[in-house]
Amino acid sequence: MTGVGSPTPPAALLEVRGLRVVFDGFAAIDGLDFTVEEGELRFLIGPNGAGKTTLIDVVTGLTKPAAGSVRFGGRELVGRREHHIVRLGVGRTFQTATVFEELTVVENLDLADSFRLPLRSLLRRRRGVSDAVASALEAADLTALADKPAGVLSHGQRQWLEIGMLLVQRPKLLLLDEPVAGMSRSERERTGELLHRIASTHTVVVVEHDMEFLRRYARKVTVMHQGHVLREGSVAEVQEDPRVREVYLGRAKGKAVT
Amino acid sequence: MTWGRISLVVCVVLLALAPLTLSPFRLGLLAKYLCFAIVAVGIALAWGQGGMLTLGQGVFFGLGGYAMAMYLKLEEAGSAGLPDFMVWSGVEELPALWKPFGNPVFALAAVVLVPGLVAFLLGLLVFRQRVRGAYFAILSQALAAAFVILLVGQQGLTGGTNGMTNFTGFFGLDLTDPNGQRAVYAIAALVLGVLFLVAKLLVRSRFGRLLVAVRDGEDRVRFLGYDPALVKTITFTVSAVMAGLAGALFVPVVGIISPAMLGIVPSLELLVGVAVGGRFVLAGAIAGAIAVNYAKTLFSEDFAEGWLYLQGGLFVLVLVFAPKGLAGVVESVRERFGRKPVEVTA
Repeated sequence: MTGVGSPTPPAALLEVRGLRVVFDGFAAIDGLDFTVEEGELRFLIGPNGAGKTTLIDVVTGLTKPAAGSVRFGGRELVGRREHHIVRLGVGRTFQTATVFEELTVVENLDLADSFRLPLRSLLRRRRGVSDAVASALEAADLTALADKPAGVLSHGQRQWLEIGMLLVQRPKLLLLDEPVAGMSRSERERTGELLHRIASTHTVVVVEHDMEFLRRYARKVTVMHQGHVLREGSVAEVQEDPRVREVYLGRAKGKAVT
Repeated sequence: MTWGRISLVVCVVLLALAPLTLSPFRLGLLAKYLCFAIVAVGIALAWGQGGMLTLGQGVFFGLGGYAMAMYLKLEEAGSAGLPDFMVWSGVEELPALWKPFGNPVFALAAVVLVPGLVAFLLGLLVFRQRVRGAYFAILSQALAAAFVILLVGQQGLTGGTNGMTNFTGFFGLDLTDPNGQRAVYAIAALVLGVLFLVAKLLVRSRFGRLLVAVRDGEDRVRFLGYDPALVKTITFTVSAVMAGLAGALFVPVVGIISPAMLGIVPSLELLVGVAVGGRFVLAGAIAGAIAVNYAKTLFSEDFAEGWLYLQGGLFVLVLVFAPKGLAGVVESVRERFGRKPVEVTA
């Protein structure tokens, strides 16, 4: 375990300041400040349209902000191209897992693993399976399907493969966008365990709607509302905050707050 | 031995026997088909593996062809003379652009480097701006049209509409002699073989896997830390170099290079062959290019006007009913007969 509870104050890994994102005149994010420290497992929640995915899109270079800065390990990310940001150590998954269906599971992982190789060595054929790929196969529980095309995987397996692809890249910061959406109960549980294992060695930000999942696995929660941060704190603190109840939990009180 | 290996050996044997059995005229035709097959390998890489529908391979074919033709013309004219077409168009002094092409090393380098460089710069410009799909296809087609206009307009430099013709020699080979023609055929077959292997290795490499990933999920590839624009640019460049080499071989094989062979229609014809053979399988693309061009010769001898309709119909039929082409049909037949399907990604 790193970060949490360590004696020296942990350095902020991700610092978002004064962020403003505008889509067609509508401010999806307005004046957002957001900090993630090294070693954290942070949950990001909020009603639809709160700007959670937009925030991830800005951090990973997919969306250009109108104003504000995103500093990662002291480096400004705004203005960098997506693959540069990945190379600095920011990895992400998407709401709908996208894997390369024509490639086998192991080829998917191998491509993720090879991204730091110089172009010259990419011209060679893959020989065997690297240690990182083998352990990711195991973590994602896909060893038996290693040589099957990724197109045959179930929804849950795709999510795990995508997380596995992220893991072999050894990012400093993982951004997971709704990793358990659409999963069955048992798949959610497996994902939770996987998440816990990952969080013990990585800094992770999870966007999630599933409150049960949140209560089980979250440590610190950031609640977003209408493009800014409404509240930050532990699961209990957040759940007790009347403003949070009003804008978010209140709407599904019976289901969400217990 | 796998099916792939067996068919490869059969093809090599057939190609080796051809000079012994075919008349010089038919052998020349086969050599021409092999040139188109070289272009097909490049198209199969760019389109089949990389998803770049390039409708303008005629440009790169032409750049390679003209570079070679310029050298051959200068070689023929001797140190003092001018190429024949320049004399006819009233050019009195050798244009500066032509001068370095008197050197065979320069000309051969230009055959590879000019198409490669044009494709590389174009690729950087276009793929970086995320131009893709139909937009890229249209752009590449417009390029072919513009290229032809440029060639036709520069009568004194390029021979205009007529292009360049009457090539008699090729690096010491006598092109009017059947033995010289056989040698040129052998070179074309050899170049095709080598480029086929290069392409196959490329497809099987990590880069080849990456290329498929870019084809199927360009945006996802970015978030793996790769630059898809670079992957596409490199592949497009390789396919352009192949087309350039094919054009350079086409000149001694057919004895003519003119804008009519490089425009939109011939560029599309190259594509039809690849589609019919199967763009996802390199060997399929080669077979398709040879078969379609052979069919074109057959039909053009008997009823020329019908060919265009037939070709168009064939293209539509293949895209609608067998999008994977003949190679896809072979694959499914093989699967039906219960054999373990051989790896057909390459």
